[in-house]
Amino acid sequence: MRVTFERRLSQPWWLSVVVPVCSLVAAFVIAGVVLLATGINPLSTYRQLFDAGFIESGSLSQTLISATPLAFTGLAAAAAFRMKLYNIGAEGQMYMGAIFGSAAGLYLGSRSSSSAFVIFAMVVAGIVGGAAWASIPGVLRAFFRTNEILTSLLLNYVAGLILTYLIFESESYWRQTKGFNASVFPVGKQLPKVAQWPTWTIDVQGGIVIPLGALIAVIVAVILWALYSRTRFGFEARVLGDSDRAARYSGVRVRRKILAVMALSGGIAGIGGASQVGDFAHALDGDPNGLQKLSYGYSGIVVAALARYNPFATLLVALLIGGLKNAGNTLEGPNFPAGLVGVLQGIILFCALGGELLVRYRMRVHRHGAVPRDAAAAPARKAAS
Amino acid sequence: MNNSLLVVLIASGVAYGTPLLYAALGELLAERSGVLNLGVEGMMLVGAVMGFWTVQRLHTNTGVALAAAVLVAGLMGALMASIHAFLVITLRASQIVSGLALTIFAGAVGLSSYLGNDLNLSGAPAAHQLNAVFPKTMQDWPIVGPILFGQNVLVYVSWACVVGIWLYLTRTRPGLNVRAVGESPAAADTMGINVTRYRYAHTLVGGAFAGVAGAVVTLAITPQWVDGITGGAGWIAIALVIFAFWRPELCLVGAYFFGALQALAPQLQARDINLGPTVLWTNALPYVMTIVVLVIVSSGTAKSRLGAPAALGNAYIREER
Repeated sequence: MRVTFERRLSQPWWLSVVVPVCSLVAAFVIAGVVLLATGINPLSTYRQLFDAGFIESGSLSQTLISATPLAFTGLAAAAAFRMKLYNIGAEGQMYMGAIFGSAAGLYLGSRSSSSAFVIFAMVVAGIVGGAAWASIPGVLRAFFRTNEILTSLLLNYVAGLILTYLIFESESYWRQTKGFNASVFPVGKQLPKVAQWPTWTIDVQGGIVIPLGALIAVIVAVILWALYSRTRFGFEARVLGDSDRAARYSGVRVRRKILAVMALSGGIAGIGGASQVGDFAHALDGDPNGLQKLSYGYSGIVVAALARYNPFATLLVALLIGGLKNAGNTLEGPNFPAGLVGVLQGIILFCALGGELLVRYRMRVHRHGAVPRDAAAAPARKAAS
Repeated sequence: MNNSLLVVLIASGVAYGTPLLYAALGELLAERSGVLNLGVEGMMLVGAVMGFWTVQRLHTNTGVALAAAVLVAGLMGALMASIHAFLVITLRASQIVSGLALTIFAGAVGLSSYLGNDLNLSGAPAAHQLNAVFPKTMQDWPIVGPILFGQNVLVYVSWACVVGIWLYLTRTRPGLNVRAVGESPAAADTMGINVTRYRYAHTLVGGAFAGVAGAVVTLAITPQWVDGITGGAGWIAIALVIFAFWRPELCLVGAYFFGALQALAPQLQARDINLGPTVLWTNALPYVMTIVVLVIVSSGTAKSRLGAPAALGNAYIREER
C-alpha cells in the first residue's frame, strides 16, 4: 500500500473549518499522550484547564485579559503573514506601543480632562510606536533585501531591553521615582484617572468585564477583513504573497507594499501595547518577568496560523488560546508545571500545519499492485527508469 | 598581560562563541540540504535543559556525566528536529512557520520550561561542569595561554567539527550529494540521490548540533538552569549562517566575533567602565550588530548571495517538479 498526495484544484470551503477544528482535537490528543508520559492525568488536567479558562465564575473576565493582547498580536501576524511577510516582531512592537501609549497617557492625562481625547491619543501613539518599530525590518527588507524574520525577531530582544531599561535602570519619564514603594522595587508611573481605559460589565457568569481594548480588536478585525477582501490594496498584497513575480509584472509597487504592510502589522501590535497599559496595567511594566514573560507576540503567531490568517477566526482563536493561557497562569503550581500551555500551543501549531496538507492536497491510498497514478501521468520518468 | 581587556575579550569570545558555532554548524548542514530550520533556539533550550538534567541526576564521575550530558543533549536536539523534518519534508508544511512552531513548542515558555519545572532543575548550580583541559602553567602563557589553552574540551571538538564539515562538504561523495540536494533536488533525484533521506539526515544531525550548543551553555558558560537561558543565541546562529555564506570556516570567525560582543557587557561591568547607559547599549549590542551585519551582507548584489542553497526553503514534491 502506498499513499500519495495530489494537489487539489479547488478547495471546498468547509475544509478550512473542519481541518483547523480537527487539528485542535488532534493536538489535545497528542498533548494528552505527553502528559501521560510525564505522569499527569490528561483528562482531569484538561477539565481543570477549561474550568479555569471558561466555566468558573469570573473566568471569562480573566480570559479576556489574555485574549485581548492575543487578538492584537494575532491580527498583526495575520496582516503580515498573509502577504508572506514574516513579521515575528509583534512582541517588540507591542512593547513599543506600550512605551509610546503610556507616554501619551502620562503627558496628556495630566493636562487634559477629556478622557475620550486622551484615550484616542494613546491608541494613536501606540500605533505610531508599533509601526515605527516594525518599519525598521520593513525598510531593511524593502531596500536592502534583508531577511525580515531575523531582523524583526532580534529587535524583540532590543525592545525588551529598552523596556527594562526605562523602568529599572534609569530615572526615565515612565518610572515612578517618588514614594516608599518606588524605592523598594522599581515600578512604572501610574496613569492618571482620565487615561485609564473604561470597561463594560455584562451581567452573566458573575459579571464579564469587557475591556475597551477587546472592542477595539473587533473593530480592527473588521477593518482588516475589509482591507484584504474588499480593496485594491488587499488584493495586491495577496497577489504579492502568492507570486512575487506576477505582482511585479502587473505593476504592483513592491517596496511600498512591504513598507505599508509592515507598518500596518506593527501598528496593530502597537495598539495591543497601548491596551496593555490603558486597559490592564495602568503603568508601564518593565519587569523582565512581567509582560515580557507572557510572550503574547509569539503566541499571536499560533493564533493567526490556526485561524488560517482570517481576521474573524483570529478573534475566536485568540479567545481560545487566551483561555488556555489564563488557565495556565491560574493553575500553575506543583501539579501543573509552567510551560505546559506553551507546549500545548506548539503542538496545536504543529497539527494546524500538518492539517494544511489536507486542505491543499487530496490524500490517495493506492492498494498493493495498483499502478501508481503519477507513473502513468509522467511517461518521461518511466522511460528514464 | 593576560588580564588586558583585549585578551580577555578574545578568550571569552571563543568561550561564548562556542554555542553559536555549534548551532550555526548544525543549521548550516540542514540549510545545505535545503531545509531552513528556524527552531534552533528551541532545540538549543531543550538540549540545554536535558544536558543539565543529566549532570544533576547521574551520579558518576565528572567525565562520564559530562559525556552522557552532551550525548543526551544531542539526542534531544535531534528529536526536536525530527518534528520539523516530518512536517516540512513529509507533510510539505511551510518551513518558516514550522520552524517558528518548533521554537514556540520547545522554547523559553514551552517544553524547556516545562521540563525545567517538572524535573525541578532551577536554583542549583551544575554538579559537574566543563573546565579547561590544559594544565594551569600552559593557561598562564602570555596571550595564547587563555585564548588557546584555557578552553574546555567542547571548544576543541568544535574546531574538529569545522574541519570535518568543511572536508565533508567539499571532499566526499555524500557531502557533494547534500549540496546537490540543496541546490536542485529535482536534478539530485534524477541522479538517484534519495532527497528525502538526505534532508531528514541533515536536519536531524543539525538538531543534534543545536542540542549540543545548548549543553555548552548550561555546562560551561553559565552552569545552571534558568528559563530561556540561551537569550536569543539560536537566532544569532541562524543569522551567522547567512554572514558565513554557508561556509563552515567563516561560521567560526563569525561565532567568535559575536561571542566577544556578548562577553563585552559583563567584562565592561566587571571593570567599572561606563559608556552612557552601558547596561542598555552593551546588552543590546549583539542583537543590533547582528542586524547591521545582516544588512551589509544582504544589501550587495547577487554576488553576496553566493552560497545560499538555491532550493532553500522549498519543499521537494516529486509529482510537481
